[in-house]
Amino acid sequence: MQQQQRPLISVEGLSRRFGDSGQTPVFEDLWFGVDRAEFCCLIGHSGCGKTTILNVLAGLDQPTEGAVIVDNREIDGPSLDRAVIFQGHALLPWLTVMGNIAFAVTSRWPSWDRAKVRDHAAKFIELVGLTGAEGKRPAQLSGGMKQRVGIARALSIQPKMLLMDEPFSALDALTRGMLQDEVLRICAATNQTVFMITHDVDEAILLADRIVLMTNGPGAKIAEIVVNTMPRNERHRNDLHRHPQYYAIRNHLVEFLVNRSRAFDQEIAEHGYDPRRLKLVKPGLAAVNPPAEVVPLTTGRRQ
Amino acid sequence: MAAFKNSLRLRAALLSLLIFAAIVGLWQIATQPVAGSGTAAVDPEYAKLVGVAAATGSKSAMPTPADVGATLWKHLLDPFYIRGSNDKGIGIQLAYSLGRVLLGFALAALVAVPLGFLIGMSPLVYRALDPFIQVLKPVSPLAWMPLALYTIKDSAISSIFVIFICSVWPMLINTAFGVAGVRKEWLNVSRTLEVGPFRTAFKVILPAAAPTIMTGMRISVGIAWLVIVAAEMLVGGTGIGYFVWNEWNNLSIANIITAILLIGLVGLVLDQVLAWLAKLVTYPE
Repeated sequence: MQQQQRPLISVEGLSRRFGDSGQTPVFEDLWFGVDRAEFCCLIGHSGCGKTTILNVLAGLDQPTEGAVIVDNREIDGPSLDRAVIFQGHALLPWLTVMGNIAFAVTSRWPSWDRAKVRDHAAKFIELVGLTGAEGKRPAQLSGGMKQRVGIARALSIQPKMLLMDEPFSALDALTRGMLQDEVLRICAATNQTVFMITHDVDEAILLADRIVLMTNGPGAKIAEIVVNTMPRNERHRNDLHRHPQYYAIRNHLVEFLVNRSRAFDQEIAEHGYDPRRLKLVKPGLAAVNPPAEVVPLTTGRRQ
Repeated sequence: MAAFKNSLRLRAALLSLLIFAAIVGLWQIATQPVAGSGTAAVDPEYAKLVGVAAATGSKSAMPTPADVGATLWKHLLDPFYIRGSNDKGIGIQLAYSLGRVLLGFALAALVAVPLGFLIGMSPLVYRALDPFIQVLKPVSPLAWMPLALYTIKDSAISSIFVIFICSVWPMLINTAFGVAGVRKEWLNVSRTLEVGPFRTAFKVILPAAAPTIMTGMRISVGIAWLVIVAAEMLVGGTGIGYFVWNEWNNLSIANIITAILLIGLVGLVLDQVLAWLAKLVTYPE
C-alpha cells in the first residue's frame, strides 16, 4: 500500500506502551494511511487507545515504537499544519469567542496586524454560524456553540489536516446532528483532510470515506478498514437510513463492535493477519449486488 | 426572592446596629465614673504625685464611648498635622504604615510571582525549593527583625523587609499552585498552535492562574497589614504601630481605641481592593 506514493498521513508500525516495558502496549504495530482530502474515521471501544493515537498524530504524545509520516516527513511535535479539535472543546475561558480564534490566528501569522487578524477570524466565525456571538465568553455559550468555536479555531489556521477527538460526543443528539451536517459541508467546501475518532457508528457512516476498525485494548490492533461506498453526495443525515447500502455497512460495523472487536485473536488464529496488509472491506457493495458466496450480513452472529 | 433578599439585608443591618448599640451601652455602663467613691482611699502624698483623679479612682483611665468619639472626631478633623517628631496626625501615621506595607508587598510580588511561576512549571525546582519554603514559611516575620536590623542597619528599611518576608509566602505558594494547576488541555491548545514559551506563559498560564495568584495576594496583604503594627511598635519613629505604642506610654486609651478602629477600617479597604482586583481577573468556566 505504501510503496511509491505515501498518503498524506502515514502511520507506520505505531505502538504505545504506558509504564515499564514489561506491560502490554495499549495498541501495537498499527499501519494505516489517510489520503489527501479524505475523511477518515477511527472507531473502537474506549480503552483501545483512540485518543492516544490522535495525540500522537497531533504531536502531543510520542509513540513507543513506529512513526507517523506527514507529507513525507516524520512528525516530531505539534504543528500548525495539524489542527486539533478537542473532545472537551478546550476554549480559553477568559477570552471571548473572537479572542479565542484571534489567539490561533496570531499564532499562525504573527506578523498580521490586529485588523487583519479580526477580519480573518470573523470569516471563520461566520463559517460556523456564530456571527453576533463574537463578544461572548465560552461560559455564556451552549455546548454546541462552544464546539463550533473549537471548529472555527481549528479551521482558522488553515491546516493541512484536521484531527478530531470525538468532537460531538458531549452534545445532545439534535445539536450533534446539526454540527455533523456542518462539518460535512465545511469539509466538502474546503477539501479538508480529516482524521476523526468516534464511537458512534452512524456518525462514521455519515462523515467518513473510510472507517478504520480497532480491536479492544490492551494490545489493540487494526482489524480492517471499511470503505464507505456510499458517495459523499448521497449521504444526508435525514435519509441516510433509506440508502440501499446503509444497513449493510451499519450492520458490519455494529457486528464488529459487538462481537469481533473482542474476539479478534480468534480470527487471527483462523485466517492469519498481516498488520501491514489490512483487509479493505466494502460491505455496502455486497448489499447492492450480492455475489453468490457472500454471507447475508444482516444475520450477523457467527457460529 | 429579591424582596426577601432585600428584607434579609435590611434585617441584618438592623441587627448590626442593635449589637453596636448594646456594645456601646455596656461599655458606657462599665466606664461610668462612680460618684463619691472614697476620696481618701490613698495616701495624699501619692495622690499629689499621680493626680487626684487617677488616685481617687473617680475617673478610670478607661474612656467612655463619648470620650473615644470625641478623640476620633478630633483626629478626623485634622489628620495630617505635624507638630514635632512625636506628635503627628493619625492620617500621617497611617500613610507611613500603608506606604511600608505597599512597598514591602510590591517587592514581595516582584519576587514571588516569577519564582512561583518557576516552581509551578518545574517539578525539579519545586522539589529543590520545597524544604526551604516549608521551614521558612511558619517563622513569625518578627523573628527576622533583629537579623534585618543588624544587616540592614536601618529601622525603616528593616520594617519593609519584615513586610516583604511575610507577604512573600502566600503569594509564592499560590502562584506555584495556580501555575501547576493550569488545565492540560489549555496547554495542549497552546502546543498545537506552536505558541512559544513566553507567549504561552503570558497568554495562557498567567490568565489561567491569575485568580489563584490574586487570592494569594489578598492573603498576603492581610498578613502584611497585621504585621506592620507589630513591626512599627518594635522599630518606632513613625507609623500607626508606633502611634499605638506611644499612646500606651501616654496611657491614652482613647487614642489607642481610635487607632484600633482606623487600623481595622484600612485593613478592610485593602482587602476589598484586592477582592475587586481578583474579581477582574476571575473567569467563569
